[in-house]
Amino acid sequence: MPIQVLMPALSPTMERGNLAKWHKKEGDEVKSGEVIAEIETDKATMEVEAVDEGTLGKILVPEGTNDVAVNTPIAMILAEGEDAVALKDGGAPARQQKAAESTPPAQAEQPKPQLARTPAPPPVQPPAPAAPLEPEVPEGTEMVSMTVREALRDAMAEEMRRDRDVFVMGEEVAEYQGAYKVTQGLLQEFGAMRVIDTPITEHGFTGLGVGAALAGLKPIVEFMTFNFAMQAMDQLINSAAKTRYMSGGQMAASIVFRGPNGPAARVAAQHSQDYSSWYSHVPGLKVIAPYSAADAKGLLKSAIRDPNPVVFLENEILYGQSFPVPKLPDYVVPIGKAKVVRAGTDVTIVSWSMGMSYSLKAADELAKENISAEVIDLRTLKPMDLESIMESVKKTGRIVTVEEGWRQSGVGAEIAASVTEQAFDWLDAPVVRVTGKDVPMPYAANLEKLALPSVREVVEAAKAVCYR
Amino acid sequence: MAVASSKAAAARRTTDQPAAVPEFDKEQELRAYRHMLRIRRFEEKAGQLYGMGLIGGFCHLYIGQEAIVVGMQMAIKEGDKVITGYRDHGHMLACGMDPKGVMAELTGRRHGYSKGKGGSMHMFSLTKSFYGGHGIVAAQVPLGTGLAFANKYRGTDNVSLTYLGDGATNQGQVYESFNMAKLWKLPVIYIIENNKYGMGTSVARASATIDLYKRGASFDIPGERVDGMDVRAVKAAGDKAVRWCRDGNGPIILEMLTYRYRGHSMSDPAKYRSKEEVDKMRTEHDPIEQVRSRVLKKGLANEEALKKIDAEVRALVNEAAEFATNDAEPDPSELYTDVYG
Repeated sequence: MPIQVLMPALSPTMERGNLAKWHKKEGDEVKSGEVIAEIETDKATMEVEAVDEGTLGKILVPEGTNDVAVNTPIAMILAEGEDAVALKDGGAPARQQKAAESTPPAQAEQPKPQLARTPAPPPVQPPAPAAPLEPEVPEGTEMVSMTVREALRDAMAEEMRRDRDVFVMGEEVAEYQGAYKVTQGLLQEFGAMRVIDTPITEHGFTGLGVGAALAGLKPIVEFMTFNFAMQAMDQLINSAAKTRYMSGGQMAASIVFRGPNGPAARVAAQHSQDYSSWYSHVPGLKVIAPYSAADAKGLLKSAIRDPNPVVFLENEILYGQSFPVPKLPDYVVPIGKAKVVRAGTDVTIVSWSMGMSYSLKAADELAKENISAEVIDLRTLKPMDLESIMESVKKTGRIVTVEEGWRQSGVGAEIAASVTEQAFDWLDAPVVRVTGKDVPMPYAANLEKLALPSVREVVEAAKAVCYR
Repeated sequence: MAVASSKAAAARRTTDQPAAVPEFDKEQELRAYRHMLRIRRFEEKAGQLYGMGLIGGFCHLYIGQEAIVVGMQMAIKEGDKVITGYRDHGHMLACGMDPKGVMAELTGRRHGYSKGKGGSMHMFSLTKSFYGGHGIVAAQVPLGTGLAFANKYRGTDNVSLTYLGDGATNQGQVYESFNMAKLWKLPVIYIIENNKYGMGTSVARASATIDLYKRGASFDIPGERVDGMDVRAVKAAGDKAVRWCRDGNGPIILEMLTYRYRGHSMSDPAKYRSKEEVDKMRTEHDPIEQVRSRVLKKGLANEEALKKIDAEVRALVNEAAEFATNDAEPDPSELYTDVYG
C-alpha cells in the first residue's frame, strides 16, 4: 500500500510552513532516512526524511508552495512492487509517514523550544477579530495584518532607532535571530554591540542587565522562556524592583524583561507555567501581558520607555497569530489601561494574553444562547485597571475571570477580592474563576488539555453566574 | 595570538607574591590616615548608637578593613563606579558621601541617603558613583559587572570596582559574572575582601580551595593576593589593576587579606574565634596604626598634628551622630513614594 508523507511540524506550535524544495522527483528511489524535501517557516528550515524504502510515486505539493498546513499529505511513497496505478485507486493509504518523525532543523544544538519533536499540535483556531475600538488610533488609520512576533520585533527596532541607550540581550537573540525569531533582523540592523548573545546564565545576565540599567542604560532582557527566569528571581525582585524605593528615589532600573510565558504545547511541567500572579505580586514591577499584535507593539514600546522595571509576558502560541495593527509612525499603548474588546450586557469576562483566546470564543458561543458577554482584556496586570472592571461589573452584575495560571493566589483571586470590596452591591452572583488546574502541567495530550482552561469551562462559568 | 598572550599575562599576574610596596609621600600618608580614621570612628559611633537602640536591624561594621576601600579609592578617578555588599558604610564614606546622611540613614531618619527607607545595607549616591549597598550575598557581583558593561557600551575608560566578601565567592552568580566579564572584556575589578570568616564559618571550612585570588583561573582572569591591612599595598595593586582594565584587558581579581575586629553583625558575639587571634591582628597589623607609626617614624608629622586630625575626625563623626539622632523620622506620606517613577 502507498505511504503518505505528511507536512511535518517544526515545533509544537507550528501550524503552517512552506515547501521550499524537493530533493527527489517522481520515480526516484528513496531509502529510509534519506532527505527527500526541505520545508521552512519564518523561524527555521528543516529537512524531511523518508521513513520507508520505495519509490517516490507522486508529489502532491510542488516545491515553492507556501502556507502548507501541518499534516497535509505532500507525497506518496510506493513500496516495492507497487506502481503508480495504485495511487489512482482512490483508496486511503494504509500507512502514513508520520510528520513528527522528520528530522529537526540542520542546526543540531537547538534551544529547548525546537527540541520538542512532538506530534503536530491540535490546530489552533485563528483568533476572533478584535473589536476595532481603539482609543489610541485616529479615525481612518490604515490597519495592516501582522503577527504578534513581527509586532514585537518592530517595537524593539523602532525604540532602538529612537534611543541609543536601548539594547537587547539574551540567549540566541543575535546570530540565531531569536529562539522564537522575535529578534529577527535586529543584529543586522543594530550590530553586535546592541544585540547581544549571552551565555546560558540567567542569574548572571539578569543581574548584569540590572547593573547596566542602574548606570542609565535601557536594556531589554529576553528570557528564552519565563520558566528560566526563576533562576534569576533574586535579581528581578531584590535588585530591579526594590532599588528605587531602597534608594529613596535616587536610583532605579529602567529595564524590560520579556519572553514567552505560560503553557506552550506539549512541553510538560517545567516549561509550562504562567507567572502572571508571581510578578504582579511585587511592588516596583510593572507587569504587561498582551493578547493582540497591536497591543504587543504599542505596549512594548511603552515598556521600553518606562522608567521602571517592566515584566513583559508574551505567549508562544500567540506569536504566529495575525492581528490588524495600526500603521502609525509611533504607535504607543498606555500601560495600565484595560480594553473592552467586546461590549456586552449580561456578564463580564476578564482575561489577558492567551486567556483572551478562550474568552472571545466563549463569548461567540454564549451569543448563540442569547447571553451577551462583555470581554475585557486587562493587557496590564500591574498596575491593574480595576476601574474598567468595576465599570463593567456595575453594568452586568456578573463576572468570570479566565487565566491559565494556577488557582490559589492567582490573578483571578485578586480580581474576585477587589470586586467583592468595590462592587459588592452590584453583584448578582458570586465571582467565578476559570483557571489552570492545581497540578504541574502533564505531558500527555489529553491530560494537558484537561489541565488548561477551555472554552467550554468559560461558557459554563458564564452561564452559571447568569443562573442559566 | 590574542589567547596566548592573554594566558601569558594571566600567568604573570596571578600571584600571591607581594610586590615591593612603594612608599607613600606625606600627603598620601596623611590622607590615608584621615580617611581610615574617619571610617573607624564612624563605625565605633554606629556601634554605640546601635547599643543605645537608635540603630535597628542589621548593622555590619567595617572596623579592621579600612585600608581596602581607602587604598582603592586612591587608585581611581572621576566616573569610576563602586558597588558592594552589605558591609558598606566604609565604602560610602570613602566615596565621599556625607557622614551625616549615612548616619541618618542608619537611624532611619528623613535626611538619610535613602530618606530612611533603605537602612544600613541600602544606600546609594549617583553623584558619588556609589551603586549600593546590596543585602543579598553576591548579588552585587553581576550588578557591578553590568556597571562595567555600561562603561564599555558608552565607550568610556571608566572601571567598576565590585567588592565582595570571601563568603560570596561560593555563590554561583559570581562565576556567571566572571564568565561574561572575561568573554566581553568588561572593565571590572573584583575585589575580594577576605576577612577570613563568612559570618561564623572560616574560609577553610566553607571553601574547597582557599586561594581566592585564583578563583578566576578557569576564566583566564588574572588574580593577585594583596596585604589588605597595608593601605600602600592596596593602592599599588589598585593602580596596576585599574591600568589593566583601562587598557582593555577585561576583568581582574584582587584578593585583599584583611580582618574584621567585630562580629559579623552587631548581634554576633564572635565566639568562633579566640580573643588572642583578634588581639594579635589589632596590635600587630592594624591598618591605621601602621600609617601612624610610619608617619611618626619618618617625621612626616608630629604627635600634635596627628592629634589634630583625630580631633577633627571626632568632631565630624559627633556632628553626624548628633544630626542622625535629632533628625525627624520620614513623613508617613513617604510610605508610598519612590515605588514607581
